[in-house]
Formats: sequence, structure tokens, C-alpha cells
Amino acid sequence: MSGHIRAAQRGGEAAILGLGAYRPERVVPNAEILERIDSSDEWIRSRSGIESRRFAAPDESVADMAALAAAPALNAAGLTPADVDVIVVATATGLNQTPSVAAEVDVRLGTGGAAAFDIGAACAGFCHGLALANDMIRAGTARHVVVIGVEKLSDFLNRDDRSTAFIFGDGAGAAVVGPAAEPGIGPVVWGSDSSGIAHIRQDLPWDETFAQPDGPRWPYLEMNGNPVFRWAAFEMAKAAAQALDAAGVSIDDLDAFVPHQANMRITDAMARTLKLPESVAIARDIATQGNTSAASVPLALDRLLSEGAIHSGDLALTIGFGAGLVYAAQVIRIP
Amino acid sequence: MASTEEIRSGLAEIVNEIAGIPTDDIQLDKSFTDDLDVDSLSMVEVVVAAEERFGVSIPDDDVKSLKTVGDAVAYIERSVA
Repeated sequence: MSGHIRAAQRGGEAAILGLGAYRPERVVPNAEILERIDSSDEWIRSRSGIESRRFAAPDESVADMAALAAAPALNAAGLTPADVDVIVVATATGLNQTPSVAAEVDVRLGTGGAAAFDIGAACAGFCHGLALANDMIRAGTARHVVVIGVEKLSDFLNRDDRSTAFIFGDGAGAAVVGPAAEPGIGPVVWGSDSSGIAHIRQDLPWDETFAQPDGPRWPYLEMNGNPVFRWAAFEMAKAAAQALDAAGVSIDDLDAFVPHQANMRITDAMARTLKLPESVAIARDIATQGNTSAASVPLALDRLLSEGAIHSGDLALTIGFGAGLVYAAQVIRIP
Repeated sequence: MASTEEIRSGLAEIVNEIAGIPTDDIQLDKSFTDDLDVDSLSMVEVVVAAEERFGVSIPDDDVKSLKTVGDAVAYIERSVA
């Protein structure tokens, strides 16, 4: 053995310093979805709580939306792009396999050389990204990390499938994570249950979408509703409770519950299972945003903040869960 | 071992808590969807609560065959036997 590797300088505690959101302009009511499926507004609302969702413009990319969420998050944190050390993008709907969406976001933000990479953890991606950012700052490998959850699910929507056509929407949300005197992000509780790998999936890999007998077509996102509901409503409530324990936060000290906005019925069942006190604000952004996968948790946080349901300094329990099946949960302090 | 009536009344409490239906309406001949308006997602919640309460396992594939309260009570009776 010859040389030694010098240990990295350790960092300190980390917290979310700013949040940002981007909601595409076009509001798509259930009526428009119903043009292609045999269902009803009442059925969609009762099964999902969704009244409308937003679709990005045809020429609007996930990188465009991601940058439009990151900019206000940096602004809220009182930082400029030059302060950013790392850009982490969580998405399942970027259309370029390379370069990464994060690198495309840097083109738009202009950080002047931040590390930039994507992570794939489906609807749990943003909460995975928060955990990574927390660890990077605590480890001393970064000072300011921008974590973005973004999706353009309208590209992968089977508009003729009555079980999924009404569920998904587009959007982006971002958090700037940076140094703090006190821990502002609790220990992550994360994991996977690959016995459910077939429950949520892109129906065809790209090579097969090109080899269809009738010519190329887009792949669709497919889902087995009931098994996903069972896993999400009950197993994920347990993971959420573990995240509270891991952070040493009692349910009575919690101010908000912000689960991935998968389906209002899942949120309701989780809240019942967790026995949340009346005082806890529950995120219900899905009603007018649809399920935006990796973007849903930061979008829901943004709505609670902008509507005054939560305030700076409050404690929120966040949990992302989705295809894999994978999940991540943590307690965060609202910036 | 729990009697048929004990299982029915335990199940009725669960359905009442999840779907808000009066327990007296939850009789063996009632269809979950047609009579009690328990939809497929509420049914999943009912099943999970019943699994915990009665210590049984009801896989998703079997849930579809539980059309009436009586079907569910019989399923639970067989599972705990």
C-alpha cells in the first residue's frame, strides 16, 4: 500500500431552505378526459378525488418545467444559481435517455458547473432526492443542493384506458437544501417491495414500441389499482409512522401530512390508519393537479404553504411511494 | 371460535367505520356493491381491517368472489376454522 486518501471534510446539519413549484398553464377538467373513456365525472371524483389536472404544452419539456420550479425555490432560499453545488432531478418521463434532465436544467439555470444527475425512483423520487441531499450536506460533499421532482405524464397516458386516463397530470416542484443549525430533514425510512414490480409499469420497453405491427406508438403507464391501493394505504402508513419515530417526532407535534398524491382515497386511508389528529393539515393537491408522480410532494407542499395551511417552522411528514414498488419517507421542517 | 353472528357483527362494525353504513343494514344477504354501495377501494380497506381483526389472510384474487356480506363471513369462518 502506498498513498492514503484524505478523508472528506464533514458537513453539518441540513434543512430545506426554499420551495418552488411550476404548474403548467392548461387545466384539463374531467369532462375532457371523458371524451375518450366510458365513465363519469362523479365516478372519477369518488374513486380518486380528482376534479381536474394540468397538462404541459406540447413543446414544454420536463427540463423546461424543472427549471421553472427550481428558479422560485432558489429565490425563496435567497440564493442564486451560482450557489448551487448539485442538481438532482427525479423523473420517470424525460424523453432523452442522455444527457440527463439535470444537465438540461443546468443549461436553463446556469449554475456555472454544478454536479447534475437524475435519479429513478418513480413517484418516490423526490423523497429519495431529499434523502440524498440531506446526506450530501451532512457528509460535506455539497453545500447547496437543488432537488427537483418533475413529470410530463401526459406523454405516457393511455387516453382510452378508463382505469388510468383520469389519474395523471404534469408539473414540477423543487426544494433547495442547504446548511442549517438544527436538523431540518429527518432520517429517511426507505425501501422496496419487488413482489409488486408488475403493479405499476411502462407497458412496453422502447424497443418494442418501435416494433409494433401497426407502426411505432408511445408506451403507456399501466397500473393494477387494487393491489397498489392495498400496499399504499396500509404498508405505506406503517413506513410513514416509522419515519416519525426515526425523527423522534410525536404525531401530536406534526403540523402537516404530505403523502405522494397518488389518489385521494389512498391519502384518506393512510390518514385513518395513522390516526392523525385533527390539527394535522393533510395535502390534497391531487384534486386540481392529478397524480404528478415525482412532482406531487413538492407541489403539494407548495400549495399548503401558499394557502396558509402550513407556515415556516412547521413539521411535515412526507412520503413518496410508487413503481418498483419503492418508497421513501421523512419528517421535514418547512422553510 | 367466533360464531357466524359474531363475525357478521364484527364485519358490520368495520364496514360502518370505513363506509359510514349503519351496522343494522349490514346483513348476510346484502351485496357490498349493489346494496351497501361499498366500492372496490373501500372493499380493500374492509378486507385489510377484517384480516387484522379476525387474524385471517384474504388475497386480492379472492376478494373479487366476496359479493355479499354472507360470502365474506363464510370466507372468514372457513379461514379461522
